[in-house]
Amino acid sequence: MDTTAQRKAEIERPEPSGLSQSASPRLTLSGISKSFPGVRALHNVSLSLYPGQVTALIGENGAGKSTLVKIMTGIYQPDSGEIGIDGQATTLPSAHAAFGHGITAIHQETVLFDDLSVAENIFLGHAPRTRIGTIDWRTMRKNAREVLETMRAGHIDADTRLKDLGIANKHLVAVARAMSIDARIVIMDEPTAALSMKEIEELFLLIEFLKSEGKAVLFISHKFDEIYRIADRYTVFRDGEMVGEGLLRNTGQNEIVRMMVGRNVDHIFPQREPKIGAPVLSVSGLSHPTEFDDIGFELRKGEILGFYGLVGAGRSEVMQAIAGIQRTSRGTISLDGQAIAPKSAADSIEAGIVYVPEERGKQGVVIGLPIFQNVSLPSLARTSKSGVLRLAEEFSLARSYTERLDLRASSLSQDVGTLSGGNQQKVVIAKWLATTPKVIILDEPTKGIDIGSKAAVHGFMAELVAQGLSVIMVSSELPEILGMSDRVVVMREGRIAATYDNKGLDAETLVRTAAGIAA
Amino acid sequence: MKNFLKYREIWLLAGIAVLIGLISTRFPGFADPANLRQVFNDTSILMILALGQMVVILTRSIDLSMASNLCFTGMVVAMLNAAHPAIPIPVLIVIALAVGLVLGAINGFLVWRLNIPSIVVTLGTLTIYRGATFVVSGGAWVNADQMSPDFINFQRAAFVGLPVLSWIALLVIALFFLVMTRTQIGRSIYAIGVNPTASVYAGIDVGRTKFIVFCISGMIGGLAGYLWISRYVIASVEVANGYELNIIAACVIGGVSIAGGIGSVGGAVLGALFLGIISNALPVINISPFWQMAISGSAIILAVVLNARGERRQGRIILRKAEAA
Repeated sequence: MDTTAQRKAEIERPEPSGLSQSASPRLTLSGISKSFPGVRALHNVSLSLYPGQVTALIGENGAGKSTLVKIMTGIYQPDSGEIGIDGQATTLPSAHAAFGHGITAIHQETVLFDDLSVAENIFLGHAPRTRIGTIDWRTMRKNAREVLETMRAGHIDADTRLKDLGIANKHLVAVARAMSIDARIVIMDEPTAALSMKEIEELFLLIEFLKSEGKAVLFISHKFDEIYRIADRYTVFRDGEMVGEGLLRNTGQNEIVRMMVGRNVDHIFPQREPKIGAPVLSVSGLSHPTEFDDIGFELRKGEILGFYGLVGAGRSEVMQAIAGIQRTSRGTISLDGQAIAPKSAADSIEAGIVYVPEERGKQGVVIGLPIFQNVSLPSLARTSKSGVLRLAEEFSLARSYTERLDLRASSLSQDVGTLSGGNQQKVVIAKWLATTPKVIILDEPTKGIDIGSKAAVHGFMAELVAQGLSVIMVSSELPEILGMSDRVVVMREGRIAATYDNKGLDAETLVRTAAGIAA
Repeated sequence: MKNFLKYREIWLLAGIAVLIGLISTRFPGFADPANLRQVFNDTSILMILALGQMVVILTRSIDLSMASNLCFTGMVVAMLNAAHPAIPIPVLIVIALAVGLVLGAINGFLVWRLNIPSIVVTLGTLTIYRGATFVVSGGAWVNADQMSPDFINFQRAAFVGLPVLSWIALLVIALFFLVMTRTQIGRSIYAIGVNPTASVYAGIDVGRTKFIVFCISGMIGGLAGYLWISRYVIASVEVANGYELNIIAACVIGGVSIAGGIGSVGGAVLGALFLGIISNALPVINISPFWQMAISGSAIILAVVLNARGERRQGRIILRKAEAA
C-alpha cells in the first residue's frame, strides 16, 4: 500500500522547503527533561509549533509523547528546560495557566460533560452573563450557534445534550470550545482513534479550518497516512529523546520509521538456546464482538511468543480472554490438546494459564498487603486447608519465589507499597509463578521499570522457558520483542496481521506491519 | 501498614485510658475492675455489630440495614418466645442467626447479582426490614411480662465471673479475629477492599465475597437482635432506630477506612468501647447529652484525620511510580 501521500512526499523531496521559515514559532519547548523515579520520560527534548501549521508528533509507545502533552497542558512540571510562547519565556504551573495561554488539548476520549448541552459545554466557565449576574442563556445559545457555524458544524444543535452526540461531533464541540476561548495552540492526542473513515474526513476539514484561522496545531497519531495527509511538520521522539524534526514534504515514511526504531544498544538480552517442543496452547477463531476477531495461534513448549502491535490493537484483550477475564463470542482455546473454556481467572489459573496484567498498580500488586500475602494471593487455595490459611506454607512459598527473582526487601512482611517499581514487578511475577503455571502471559512486563529490573525480568523469562514453561509476551517495546521472542505475532486493529519467525527479523518490518504500511 | 495499624490502635487505647482517667476524677469508682467489666458488658452488643459492619466496609461496601435487621429478628424471636415459651434459648439463638442470615443474604444477593451499590440496596432494605417488623407484629409490642424468664435471664447468667453476654462478645471477637487473619475468606476480604481489580486477576470472586460479607453482617444483626431484645426486654418497631449510624461510627473511630481494605478486629472493638464509655459513663457523671455527642463526633473526625494521614503516605508511594508513557 504505497500511499499517494508517501509518493507525493518522495517526489517533492528535492524541492526546497516551501513553508515559510520566516514565521516565528508560537510555542517553543527547549531542553525539556522530565524523570519519574526509575524512569527517564523525557530527556532534553525540543518542540516548536508554528501558527497556521500542523506539527505531527511521532513515536513508539512510551517514547514520551503523553508526558510532553501533560507538560504542555500544565499537568506535569518539567524538571528542566524552557517554555516560550510568542518568544516570551513562561511557565505553565497549572492546567489553568496553560488554558490562560490559549493551550487546549483534545483527547482521544473527550473530556467534556455528557449531561450538559452543547452550548453549556462550549461556554462552561466563561458563559455570558446578564446584568444581574445570571447566565444569559439566549446569548450563550446564539454564540454557540455562531461558533459552530464558523466551523462549518452548523448541523450540531446547541441544545442537544452531549451524550446524544457521536464521538466525531464531540470532537467538534471540543474544538468549538477551544475556538470560543480563543485557543491559539490546539493539541490533538490521537483524535482519530475511535472515528470512522467519514468522521476522520470531517476532522481533517476541521484541522484545515484551524490552520486557516492561524492556530498552531500539534497532531499526535500512529497512523502514517493521516500524518502525511494533514501535517506540515514532524517531530520524532524515541525513548524520551527528540531524534528528528523537519518538514514532512521533505521526508519519506521509511526515513521516519528508521528514526522511530533506530536506537543505541542500551541493554543486552540473555543468550539462550531455545528447546522448542510440542504445541501447548492453541487458539483458533477466537472472536469478541468489538475487540478482536478470528485470532488463531499456537504456543509451543519452551517458547517465548512475542505479541507486537500499536496500542489499541487488541493484544491485551485477547490475552484477557485466554485468561478467563474477558468473554468471547466464538473460538476455541486448548491446552495440551484439551479444550478449555475459562469463565473466570480462577478457572484459567487452575488449568495452568496465568495472566500478568499490564497496569502493575491497578491490576497487579495489592498495596497495603505485605509481600508474602501478595505472592500467595492466587495460590491461597493451595496453601490453605479447608479455608484455613497455613501461614508457614505461605511464607515458604513466598520466600522460594522471591529469592529466585532476587527481590530486594528487608522482610517479607513489608508492605509492597514501600518497594520500588522494579521490585513490585518482581512480586507480581513471583505471585504468578507460585501458581506453577504451564503458560504464563506477560503483558508489558517491563513497562515503566528501570534498566536493572528489566534485565532481571528478562533473565527470569529465559530461565522460565528453559524449565519448559511457555511464555507469551505482549510488548510495545521493539528491542524487547526482538531480543526475547522466538516468534512474533503482530496484531493490527483486532486481527492478526502477520506471524514472523524471529530470525533476521528487523524492527522496521514490525512497525510497518503494525501500522499497515507496505514495505 | 501493620505498624501503622498498631500505632492507631495504641492511640485509641490511650484515648480510652484518658477518657477513663477523666471520668474517674469525677466518679472515683469508675476504673474499678468490676465497673470496667460492667462497661464491657454494656458495650458487647455494639462491639458485635461493629465487627459485622467492619467486614462489609472492608470490601468497600456498607450495610445500613443492620439495625433494622436487629429490630426485625428481635421481634421474630420475641414473638416466638411469647407464643412458645418452651423453645430452648440456644434454639432461639440459632433461629435468630438464621433469620439474620436470610436478611443479609437478600442484601448480598442484590449487591452481587444485580450489581446495585450496597449503600442503595441497604438504604432500601433498612426501610423494608423495619416495615416488615411492623407487618409481623401488627405494630404491637412484646413486653417483658410476655417473655419467658429464660429468655430474659440467659444473657445475664454469670459464667466464670462474667455474664454470658460478655462471653458471647468475647467468642465473636475471637471468631472474627481468626477469620480475618487465618482464613482464605478473611484474606480475600482485605484483598478486594484494597485492590478489587488485582483481586479479580488473582482469581478471587469479588461478587461472591461481597455476598458472603453481607451474610456475615446479617447473621450478626440477627444475633444482636436476640441479645438486644432480651437485654432491654421490649420488642417494638422502634427498637434500635438509627442505631446503624452508631455501628458505623464505632468502625470509623476504630480505624476502619470507609474506602475499604483497612481495618482490624481490635480497632473495631476499641472503637465500640470508646463509644460505649461515652454513652454509658458520661450521663452518670452528669455531663450533658450535648457534650456526649460532641465528644463522639470529635472522635469520628479525629479518626478520619488519622485515616487520611495513613492514606496520604500511600499516595506518595503511588506517585513515585507514576507511569512515564
